[in-house]
Amino acid sequence: MNGFGYLRPTTLQEAAEAYAAHPGARYLAGGTNLVDLMKLGVERPAFLVDVGALPLDGIEELPNGSLRAGATVRNSDLAADPRVRDRYPALSQALLAGASGQLRNAATTGGNLLQRTRCPYFQALDKPCNKRDPGSGCGALEGVHRDHAVLGWSERCVATHPSDMAVALAALDAEVELYGTDGTRSMPVADFHRLPGEHPERDTEIRPGEIVTGVLLPAATAGMPSAYRKARDRASYAFALASVAVVLRLADGAIEHVGLAFGGLAHKPWRARRAEEALRGAAPTPAALERAVDLELAAARPLEENAYKVPLARNLALDVLGRLAPAPAVA
Amino acid sequence: MTSENAPAPGSEITLRVNGKPHTLYVDHRRVLLDLLREDLGLTGAKKGCDHGQCGACTVLAGGRRLNSCLLLAVTLDGAEVTTVEGLGGDGEETHPLQRAFLDRDAFQCGYCTPGQLCSAVGMLAEAAAGHPSHVTDPAAPSGRPVALDRPEIRERMSGNLCRCGAYPGIVAAVEDVIE
Ligand SMILES: Cc1cc2nc3c(=O)[nH]c(=O)nc-3n(C[C@H](O)[C@H](O)[C@H](O)COP(=O)(O)OP(=O)(O)OC[C@H]3O[C@@H](n4cnc5c(N)ncnc54)[C@H](O)[C@@H]3O)c2cc1C
Ligand code: SF4
Ligand code: FES
Ligand code: FES
Repeated sequence: MNGFGYLRPTTLQEAAEAYAAHPGARYLAGGTNLVDLMKLGVERPAFLVDVGALPLDGIEELPNGSLRAGATVRNSDLAADPRVRDRYPALSQALLAGASGQLRNAATTGGNLLQRTRCPYFQALDKPCNKRDPGSGCGALEGVHRDHAVLGWSERCVATHPSDMAVALAALDAEVELYGTDGTRSMPVADFHRLPGEHPERDTEIRPGEIVTGVLLPAATAGMPSAYRKARDRASYAFALASVAVVLRLADGAIEHVGLAFGGLAHKPWRARRAEEALRGAAPTPAALERAVDLELAAARPLEENAYKVPLARNLALDVLGRLAPAPAVA
Repeated sequence: MTSENAPAPGSEITLRVNGKPHTLYVDHRRVLLDLLREDLGLTGAKKGCDHGQCGACTVLAGGRRLNSCLLLAVTLDGAEVTTVEGLGGDGEETHPLQRAFLDRDAFQCGYCTPGQLCSAVGMLAEAAAGHPSHVTDPAAPSGRPVALDRPEIRERMSGNLCRCGAYPGIVAAVEDVIE
């Protein structure tokens, strides 16, 4: 690892200025991904701007009923917050399904959103990888790709985004809030991560030097029934092979609102818009749920080793949808 | 690239380890695990994977259990750190959990044990503070202490791998200190 400078600013402006003043700078939060990648040589920052002392460590309720979680709130604290547990259970469950107790105590909201893929080729400097080294090729496409994408991938990259938290945020219509030297902006988490296309080196829509300041959980989905379910190779402390977050409200026996997102299937949390459209206004019969999920997964293009993900994701989605929307009683 | 003459950038930090203050100049690349083992001679915390994947390096910092292999020391200026050497207080006393590990034969080679102990101490505090886990019933009331049955203990301790498979003894030892 090369040496690097270090600063722990206390204001956003100082942080953004320090980043701009130091070529090769990176923001450091919990370090559970960045320090790991620095040890592997995948990240070689010349300067670290530590976001740990910025005033972004609170979870606050806004007058309109939404909830803002600061970027440096630890994953463990966000998962345990009674307001999150009571109003956005899928978010708490997704966080608790990720990593380990120790890692969640260090990992932050901002760092979790911006964590890099776990593709082993991305992590190995002696392997080709378009995400790490644009133009070098994709080692996984013709190599080992059991854990890789089935939806939305390109010939350039078949990686998945590893975050559990982001899948729940996407389903809940959460927004990510950003601060840059040009001002502040926000966008839906569902639009924040990108598909790989021609530029897999860009994971998200963040601009160089921008700081994630927090995520906004909207009033609209507060208190709606929601849940997260994840399938993995061992019962705990493993990344998702496939996962699903569902937010669903019934009115008069029909689905009034539904947010459905898949994890582990794509380069981003996959918001299942087609399935949602098919479900909105429908009675939650098993046949209707199956039709909607199949409509979404019809777009899947499995690779040689990961066709198992399609039925796995289907079963996860049907299980969680069925739990949140019990089938109407037969008259 | 750092040239051979220019020293790698570093900073002076002060941290308390097991109650004792230490002021040292640290290379920015230093992680807490290496600082403890190399600079302070506290070799209790172990290096298993060096990548957050095993838990052998678990210590308590600011009262929370953390993987010291991924924590840059420079970020810890002013922090309070407890390692397995400090669990029993300043004397030679053993922490009740250490006693329980002995009674339950909760190890074979012992390499993972310091991490298991620090992790369990942190975990018990989390449950007492009402932190849920992946296996906690989502309908359980928020903010109340969580009762730790075996599935809860196993899930909450999943960040500590034991190559020797001493898990049954570890779970039993943790149960002993809860009772
Ligand atoms: C063994 C292991 C198992 C894991 N298992 C899971 C799992 O099952 N599920 C899961 O979801 N995750 C898992 N993780 C990943 C973990 O959740 C992430 O490493 C963590 O969330 C990253 O957060 P951090 O604060 O440590 O980020 P850091 O490592 O500090 O930063 C990550 C990235 O985000 C950038 N960044 C951080 N904060 C900001 C900000 N405020 N503004 C702009 N940029 C910022 C950094 O520059 C860096 O590029 C696992 C990790 C490990 C090591
Ligand atoms: S899948 Fe993406 S991250 Fe993995 S080797 Fe291919 S380009 Fe790199
Ligand atoms: S050495 Fe830190 S987790 Fe393995
Ligand atoms: S006792 Fe040997 S690794 Fe746990």
